[in-house]
Amino acid sequence: MWIGRIGRHLAVFVLTTVIAGLLGATLMRFGPGFEADEQQLDPRLDAQSIQALRDSHSQERNLLSFYGHFLGRLASGDLGFSRSLARPVRELLSERAKVTLQLMGAGLAGGWILGLALALPAAIFRARLFDVASTAISSLFLCVPTAVLALLLFSTNGPVRFAIALLIFPKVFRYARNLLADAYTQPHVLAARARGLSGARIFFCHVMPSAAPQLLALAGVSLGVAFGATIPIEVLCDFPGIGQLAWKAALARDLPVLVSLTIVVAALTQLTNSASDLAIAACRRGRQ
Amino acid sequence: MKRARNVAIVVLAAVFAISLLANFFAPAPYAMQFRDFISSPASRRFWLGTDELGRDRWSRLLYGTRISLLLAPAAALLSTTMAVLIGGVAGYLGGWWDRVVLRVIDIFLSIPWLFLFLIVRALLPLNTSPLTSVIVTFTVMGLLGWASPARIIRAGAQSLRGSDLVLHARACGCPGTRLLLVHIVPNLKPVVFAQFWISIPTFILGEASLGLIGLGVAEPLPSWGNLLRELANPRAVMSNPWILAPLVVLVVVVSCFQLLLPQKEFAS
Repeated sequence: MWIGRIGRHLAVFVLTTVIAGLLGATLMRFGPGFEADEQQLDPRLDAQSIQALRDSHSQERNLLSFYGHFLGRLASGDLGFSRSLARPVRELLSERAKVTLQLMGAGLAGGWILGLALALPAAIFRARLFDVASTAISSLFLCVPTAVLALLLFSTNGPVRFAIALLIFPKVFRYARNLLADAYTQPHVLAARARGLSGARIFFCHVMPSAAPQLLALAGVSLGVAFGATIPIEVLCDFPGIGQLAWKAALARDLPVLVSLTIVVAALTQLTNSASDLAIAACRRGRQ
Repeated sequence: MKRARNVAIVVLAAVFAISLLANFFAPAPYAMQFRDFISSPASRRFWLGTDELGRDRWSRLLYGTRISLLLAPAAALLSTTMAVLIGGVAGYLGGWWDRVVLRVIDIFLSIPWLFLFLIVRALLPLNTSPLTSVIVTFTVMGLLGWASPARIIRAGAQSLRGSDLVLHARACGCPGTRLLLVHIVPNLKPVVFAQFWISIPTFILGEASLGLIGLGVAEPLPSWGNLLRELANPRAVMSNPWILAPLVVLVVVVSCFQLLLPQKEFAS
């Protein structure tokens, strides 16, 4: 059963990556300036050299051979060459990934800790005042663009990494509070309470197992949300990460960078979703 | 809660009305420069002061509010219509069409929305006229925002397909198109409306983020996004806190939209 499930996820992962790659390649093939080559404008080149340059691009004009070459290069790990930064895309990505991962890691950890720290007391103790106050705070943060939060933290010399946490925590809080509150009203939890089980035992043995699958699903989704938020944060606060690279590539119309980023991001998101799906299945199996 | 919702309706109506009557309430055109009053503080003449180009902030806020408040619902309408057409039909038809649509939705959702916008924006000319930039920004947002509502609408259509009323209509010989238009789409109205309403604040916040990184509405046309760019100068914010006015209006308006969300959606 597990082999089949993993195989299905692997197939979906490969399919999504290939489709994202084909869409990216289409974007590059039909994007503006596809056939333009700055080298052809070099006044030192004679007609023969320019013709040789044109011939070297001739195979790219054939759509099928273009896709074939693109996917072949992709399979061998070649993500292309950045036109605007004049460097291999793979090098750029590996250089900048660390900054983005640190930003996302700190933001996700902070957001989840804060969200759960507020959701647990709200669901367990059900103190109205605490619930209203925490809901109001989380709603307020839902209404402020993350970029603005980052700017405000930046201008007050605050921890900019926490901007992602402030984006994630309201979602985690709201979702976890509703889930846990629901779980506490389940008949088996009421029965456990009636039999005099301790609060900690009820929470860890009866409430968490029923809420865990949905929380895992949210964990998968929050990764994509966090990556989306890194773009404005890195641009505005000058973090040399992947988000800033995407923005620079968009302004410079550096399609090879954008296409590679699309494939990498789609593959990673699909991988995270598959991982959270498998973890959910494992949780459900454990409960049975 | 009901009182809060009523307050939200009044506030939204007031902000809408004032922004629609911007020509009447604004003391100056949004692009007019007062070169003797560059970066001047709030005064009786300039209620929120002037920006670094000497333009009246209050006037720009009114016109910017009008653009963001009129075009975010338009983008939401576009994305919801696409979601109904794609998700609704997929849920109703089922089979391979449903599987293909679901996969396309998965691919769309696996790429962060802002990143997708960057890619599409890169394909379009960056040096567009201000009016074109407004149309491009909100149209692209509308075109890219369909996937998430489509998944929910698809699920709704799928459950309706197996419902008694549809089975009964089918048994009575109701043709497919009529079944879709008369029995399924009208019953999807609450879901569709909820998705439309959820999309509005999302697009408002999306435009604000894009404006902040310079990919939204182009100057001199104001929008909440490019008005918030002044926040990038902390010294100016300290000396003139009125710069925060667009942020306050944005937070109030988005909060009102959140409060007016259908209760079930709000809870989930």
